[in-house]
Amino acid sequence: MTEVIHEVHGRLVATLSGEIDLDRAPGVRDFLLGCVGRGRDVVVDLSQVSYIDSSGIASLVEALQAAGKGGTRLSLAAVSPQALRVFELARLDRVFTIHPDLDTALAAGH
Amino acid sequence: MSAPAEECLLELRFPARADRMVLVREMVRSAARFCGFGERDTQDIVLAVGEACQNVILHAYLGREVGPIVLGILRGADRLVLRVTDFGPPIDPATVRPRDLRDLRPGGLGTYFIQQVMDTADFGPALDGTGNVLQMTKKKGPAT
Repeated sequence: MTEVIHEVHGRLVATLSGEIDLDRAPGVRDFLLGCVGRGRDVVVDLSQVSYIDSSGIASLVEALQAAGKGGTRLSLAAVSPQALRVFELARLDRVFTIHPDLDTALAAGH
Repeated sequence: MSAPAEECLLELRFPARADRMVLVREMVRSAARFCGFGERDTQDIVLAVGEACQNVILHAYLGREVGPIVLGILRGADRLVLRVTDFGPPIDPATVRPRDLRDLRPGGLGTYFIQQVMDTADFGPALDGTGNVLQMTKKKGPAT
């Protein structure tokens, strides 16, 4: 259960892993807001996230809104089936840009 | 015709603390698989129990010493019943409502998720007046 950030072609890739629940959501929120605060577009790699709930989703929504306010973009990549189910339930799959994998996300304009 | 009988599969009692939920989810995941639910239904059941317990952790013991959650897992021939009990002050069920999804803001989705993924979800005061009970049912469908 870690959060890792690295830079690829001027964009930030934020990798989350493990189960993102009420216990971990505050740390994930701070991590993502820190990424967004660097003033560059952020791709959040969710390929290693095995579980996410409403509190984890809330952290991502907050980061998305912070990116919008800062004039940058935040997108998601490699969303696991469980996480995608939760995004779809909340109809957030229409709000977030979701890429099938990280390579596609990095090749895309955002 | 009487309702189908259900047997108690497990009963867990644990502190209403966020750091215990990873253990609880693992137990619920195992119970759902043990009862023959497919992967997607199992994920839905785990999500619903996680959200129900999260509501207890966030609201039931607000401003008080952390109390327990009792999770009952019961199985019937064609269903799983999850019963989440807290021992906080009674909460008016009318105040437990999902929010409007068009309002894009962090939080407040747990009750909505429960209603979406479970076949039934009934919230009310405990019969003995010592807390609140959320009883959820998931019927077995085709394995998914």
